[in-house]
Amino acid sequence: MEALYYPDWQIRRILRDTNTIAMVGASTNWNRPSYFAMKYLQEKGFRVIPVNPRAEGEILLGETVYASLKDIPEPIEMVDIFQRSDRVPPVVDEALEIGAKIIWMQLTVRHDEAAQKAEAAGLTVIMDRCPKIEFGRLSGELGWSGINTRVITSRRSKQIRTH
Amino acid sequence: MADDRKPAKPPGFETLAIHAGSAPDPSTGARNVPIYQSNSYVFDDVDHAASLFNLQTFGYIYTRIGNPTVSALEEKVAALENGRAGVATSTGHAAQMLAMYILMEPGANFISSTNLYGGSVTQFTHTFAKFGWNCKFVDPGEPENFRDAIDENTKAIFLELLANPGGVIVDLEPVADIAREAGIPLIVDNTTASPYLAQPFDWGADIIIHSMTKFLGGHGNAMGGIVVESGRFDWAQNDKFPSLTQPDPAYHGLTFYETFGDFGFSTKGRAVALRDLGPTLAPMNAYLILTGIETLPLRMERHVQNAQAVAEYLEAHPAVAWVSYAGLKSSPYRELAKKYLPKGPGSLFTFGLKGGYEAGTSLVESVELISHLANLGDTKTLIIHPASTTHRQLTEEQRIAAGAGPDVVRISVGLETIDDIIADLDQALDHAMAKAAE
Repeated sequence: MEALYYPDWQIRRILRDTNTIAMVGASTNWNRPSYFAMKYLQEKGFRVIPVNPRAEGEILLGETVYASLKDIPEPIEMVDIFQRSDRVPPVVDEALEIGAKIIWMQLTVRHDEAAQKAEAAGLTVIMDRCPKIEFGRLSGELGWSGINTRVITSRRSKQIRTH
Repeated sequence: MADDRKPAKPPGFETLAIHAGSAPDPSTGARNVPIYQSNSYVFDDVDHAASLFNLQTFGYIYTRIGNPTVSALEEKVAALENGRAGVATSTGHAAQMLAMYILMEPGANFISSTNLYGGSVTQFTHTFAKFGWNCKFVDPGEPENFRDAIDENTKAIFLELLANPGGVIVDLEPVADIAREAGIPLIVDNTTASPYLAQPFDWGADIIIHSMTKFLGGHGNAMGGIVVESGRFDWAQNDKFPSLTQPDPAYHGLTFYETFGDFGFSTKGRAVALRDLGPTLAPMNAYLILTGIETLPLRMERHVQNAQAVAEYLEAHPAVAWVSYAGLKSSPYRELAKKYLPKGPGSLFTFGLKGGYEAGTSLVESVELISHLANLGDTKTLIIHPASTTHRQLTEEQRIAAGAGPDVVRISVGLETIDDIIADLDQALDHAMAKAAE
């Protein structure tokens, strides 16, 4: 498979301009990775709406859990997919139906055909990345844990969002 | 014109040494990394505190597990090694303990090269045994020795690439293949080469350890260690690493590898090993090492240049029996040096005098400019007789295996004017020869 590459400016722009994210596969278990990501993105000022048929109707981090993207009663800008790669195509189809602008597949999640379909419909697709890690990397926060952000800058502020 | 479809050329080593991890301070604009001499960090509210303690958000809690000056250094060294993340420790020895704490269980073992700093041999043999961690030593000259020693309880292979006390280079690539086939990480101590001279991750290493006390800091003024992970090892490929792949009872059932992925090893090292073992690097020491690293490329170039000159001088001296420096034509490690250390095989090496033990001890007692002490990788030229000092706790057999036999003198060539270093050796060798003739 071709290596994926997304320029920093593209990731930074998505994280700056997006406000409402539907997280497909959000877990209600506090020590699962999706829970970590949802909580972090909320702290950074994103509205994150959880989608998980097994937790339908429950309240997760202050938000109602929906069974599917189509059940969400408000517009969604970005769909963040916490699912195995083989489960991606129907989620992408739903994301197209509800008019999402961005599809973001989590670390280890990748489906090139589904991505091509979404891109052909005019959507932006990011695969095999975590928005939390990318936010932390580009804002410098990841470096607080000794992680190599690969960001070299002589500028003072790496702030992504103002909220 | 920049092309957005592929990654830009990564910054060069010199740029990384100065800038990686060292962006201006966001709150003050301070261009140099400040010394954050603070034990603790305020929480915004109870929920923020809980998120930090749960590792759900990035941030500082308590300097035992993270500090802004220390993390700038961790990111810088991780960048220089082209790794994913680093965890700094109070010393290089603490870095070894931290790495092994993550990998080992009571009753488990790891395989180590015999060619190590004597203090590491002692740590691995005696102190680790108290935790139930066993070390099996093998001669690294034949890479298959590592394979032969591996059993079902083996968790890692450990080696020094450019081995202390000097001159020996381990053929990394075949050992990395053996580790990969066994599903265990290869840990490389890169202290004596520094990331400027050698890049072990390029040859298949999975974890790199440094005593930053040495060339990284470079000025003999601060202790420090670091563990860097490549981010490429699959901890879930087998059931050998439960502390990364199973829910951790010391962290409310969190599974580190699943949650933190390619920096899961480092997160475990920080959140559990630093937290519970406590070998934290002091911010002041991190600051001194950060400052030192900015000139690492320049220093290493001159260290190597001076070492080559000293080695050639010694080899031609009538009182000298042998010189073990991989930059010499006489060295059996010359080819390995060209492969793994193309910019030069460091500035730490050994030599022996024809007068043996007596002449060696007389030499180290006769130097005037060169310092007789137990350290390496300083701006100053340092000399020591390992058999009576750094490798003293070893048996005679272990000392010879480690390259620290009775006649061995170790030198760490510094950055003084080369003529002055050689003049001091010259007078000290005269003195040693005169004493031997008495």
